[in-house]
Order: sequence, then structure tokens, then C-alpha cells
Amino acid sequence: MAVTQFSFDVRVIVPPHTKLKKFFEELEKGKIMGTKCKKCGKLYFPPQADCNKCLSSDMDWVEIKGTGKLITYTVTHVAPKAYTNIAPYVIGVAQLDEGPKVTAWVRDIKPEEIKVNMKVKLVTEKCEDGITRYILKPEG
Amino acid sequence: MRRVAVVGVGMTKFGVLADKSLREMAFEAFKEALEDANLAPKDIESVYTAINADHFSSQVSPGASVMEYLGLNPKPNIRIEAACASSSAAIRLAWLDVASGLHDIALALGVEKMNEAGRTTAEIIQFMGTGGDITWENHYGPTFPGFYAIFAINHMHKYGTTKEQLAMVAVKNHYYGAMNPKAHFQREITLEQALKSPMISYPLQLYDCCPISDGAACAILASEDVAKKISDTPIWITGLGLGTSSVALHNREDYATIPGTVEAAKQAYKMARVEPRDVDVACVHDCFTIAEIMAYEDLGFCKKGEGGKLIEEKQTYIGGKIPVNVDGGLKAKGHPTGATGAAMTYEIVKQLRGEAGKRQVPNAEIGLTHNVGAHGTYVCVHIYRR
Repeated sequence: MAVTQFSFDVRVIVPPHTKLKKFFEELEKGKIMGTKCKKCGKLYFPPQADCNKCLSSDMDWVEIKGTGKLITYTVTHVAPKAYTNIAPYVIGVAQLDEGPKVTAWVRDIKPEEIKVNMKVKLVTEKCEDGITRYILKPEG
Repeated sequence: MRRVAVVGVGMTKFGVLADKSLREMAFEAFKEALEDANLAPKDIESVYTAINADHFSSQVSPGASVMEYLGLNPKPNIRIEAACASSSAAIRLAWLDVASGLHDIALALGVEKMNEAGRTTAEIIQFMGTGGDITWENHYGPTFPGFYAIFAINHMHKYGTTKEQLAMVAVKNHYYGAMNPKAHFQREITLEQALKSPMISYPLQLYDCCPISDGAACAILASEDVAKKISDTPIWITGLGLGTSSVALHNREDYATIPGTVEAAKQAYKMARVEPRDVDVACVHDCFTIAEIMAYEDLGFCKKGEGGKLIEEKQTYIGGKIPVNVDGGLKAKGHPTGATGAAMTYEIVKQLRGEAGKRQVPNAEIGLTHNVGAHGTYVCVHIYRR
């Protein structure tokens, strides 16, 4: 991921924080990683370096399978300046079978065919702008 | 804690105020409030200036700049940020100053200049979108209409809420906006117009969204002793609640509710010792039409899932079960983010004094303001009584 300064008209991409660097490295390789607290077992996805349940910072990296169902979504027609060239695009929230929820683009499906509760899978994708993201795609 | 009353309110007209700077708008609202309270600048002992984003005005620490322009240096001032709930948060802190006995008279002033020459809607939408989670959401190009559209789809799926019901909120708020000389939009719209308007973020269309506005509003708060001396119509602040919700959508349990609203409402009702059914008039945070429907439910004006029915039955018009946003709401009155909470207080104070003119709710005794920051990250609920 490239690092850019805040501005009104460019995409804001935060730098990979040291503690979560592995997430961004694995994402480039096609793997989606979460963190799991070694003390209490709570699974964090997207990953967190610290567990706010038991206050431990001793975390394991675990791979996310990414299967789940779409809870809700929107089709963005009027987009932020840096995204107007790809509008309309779909942002969805999915409930993963593994427990956590995730917000991501829903791709490979026409917006009008999207249904709440449809099965989705979280996969990695190198997008048109060169940024590798996790994306929700229809499954089954 | 001492009893605290609002003794003066002021606000500018809301809209695209190209000829007014941030400080000039603040001054205009301040002057009206001083005249309303029959006070002089020297009487103000403490100030909370609410401004949502430095980026809109390009002035870092804009509260200090406003304070200087009002001529109130070297009195105490802190700039407050709680996103779109900033000036309700300022009122809460001004209340604490007075209730605690630290000061007798405090000013809470909110102001925002969102429109500047050369700034496009797409740029403002992009900047506002950074109110979502910057690490995990921002690179999907989220927008504020988008966040609330995500809530709307969930609400429609769970409770059968319809796009027509959403549009009915806009029709009501434009109906009342047409009666408010300070509203951004002072014209009525039809249901058909709303349903035919351009799609912004499905299922929300243009008329489901509040405008991008400039404006200022403020309230002067005083202790019981002072209030009774200087005012024949003190409006008492009897309940305050402050709740929060996660920034990231993935950390929410439910997308058809604002958890911070439920919490803030619980606190405010308990403190004021009232029930939702006791409220005579309410200003709720209708940044989008779905937000007003969720507010009906989260504030207890109806059961969860019945917000769509409440507007369909016109129960939130004057004469209905609970008149809501009879000033036009954010939808028609406008939403200069930092000023919105104080503008809600302005309306409730006018309503409880019986000074709201054509849009007066008859014999209103208890009023409520509900001000949401971002998509629920901060929520203030305040209860007022005459």
C-alpha cells in the first residue's frame, strides 16, 4: 500500500502500522489474516494488535477462511472525488462464519442481483488502482 | 449540581452563505443570543466553541479564532469536536460549568463553513467519508449517504420499511422548512418529486439527504439565580445523555439502530425523570431520512421497526403523537455540522417559549434534542422544560 498525505482529493491509505505489517504482506500474497488473543482466544478481523477484552497484546496470526453471508450493502452512485471513475460500486457488510464482520467492496455481481443474506466469500484482489484489497464475491 | 436554564439563543440563516466567513457567522448568532438574553459580552464567563472540522475553514484551532472575533479574550474557551454532534457536546460542557458552580453564565456556540469557493461536492463527500474508519474502510470509497444507505437496506430487510416511507420524512421536513425563514430550503416537495430524484447511494436518493450548509447557532446558559433575575422565560435543561457507537461498521451488532442513541436516550430520560411519551416536541438528527426513522425507534417514540409506519400515519406532524423536526430538520433547515446541535436547541427553546410562529406546537412543555455525530460515533440527547 502506498502512503499518501491527507487531502480533499486523493485516496487516503494509511501506512501499514508496524504491528500489523504482516497483514499487509500476506494480503499481497493472497492470504487474509486475522489476529487471535493468546490469552482469551478472541478473534479479531480486521486484525488488532491489542485485545480490548482481556488487555493482552500477545496475539497469534490466523488465516481467515472468509466464507459468510451479506448482511447489508449500498450501491454508491455519487462517489468521493478519488472514486468517481469507478462508480457505481457496491460496499457491503458481511457476517463471516468465523465470527467477525467485514466491510468491503462486493464485486463480480451486478448491483441489481445482490440480495441480503446471499452467500459471499472474502478474497484478495489487486485492484485497478494498484492497491491490493480484500473483496467480497458471490459464492455458490 | 445547580439547575441550569437556557436564557438566550441565536442562529444565522442556514444555507450556502458565500458572503459570510466562519467568524462573521459566529458573531451574527452570538449577537442575536445576547439580545435575546438581554446580556452584554462582558457577562459571558465561559465559552465552548463547537466546530466539526478544521479542514472546512483551513484554520487550525478555529475556536480560538472565533473567540477573538467575538471579543471575549481572555475568558475561558475550549473548542469542542464531536463530529456533527459538536455543539450539543458544547452545550453539555457549558451545562457542567454552570451546574457545578464553576461559572454562572456560559456560552455554547457552534459554527461550520462547509462550502468554500472552488470546493466541489465530490471533494466534500470524500473528506466527510474520512469520518469512517480510516484504516479498514476508507480505501473502499465510503460516503456518509453510503453509511446511512447501509443502515437503510438493513432496516428495510428486517422491518419492511419502504422507500416511500423514507421519502415521506423528506416531504414532512420540507413542509415545515417552508415555514422557517432560517431554513436552507424553504419550499415544499411532493412524494413523487422525492422518489424521482437522482440516486445518491442506493437506496437513498437526493431528497433522502440533507444539504451541505453553512451557518452558526448558539445558546447562553445560566444558573437558576441568574436565570430567574434576567429572564421571564428560562428554559430548563432537565436531562442530558451522551452515547457512542463504533466508527467501523464491522464492530456494530445491528445496522438498523444507532446504539449511541439508545444509550444517550436512556441516560437523558432517567435524569429528566420523563418517558418518551411525555415529550411534546423533538428535533432529531435526520441527516438522512432513514436516520429520522431510526431515531423515532431508538428514542422510544414507537416500537423498534415501526418508524416507517409512524411517518406514514403522519404521527410526527403537528397534531400527531409526537411532532418531530417542525423546523425543517437537517433535511430542509440544513446541516452545517458544528452548528446543528445548537440550532436544534434554538428551535426547542422557541417552541417551549411559544415563539415558533406558524410551526408552533400548541402548549409544548417538554422538548427533546437528538444530535448524532457521524454515523453514531457520538450521540447527545438533551431534554428541555419550560
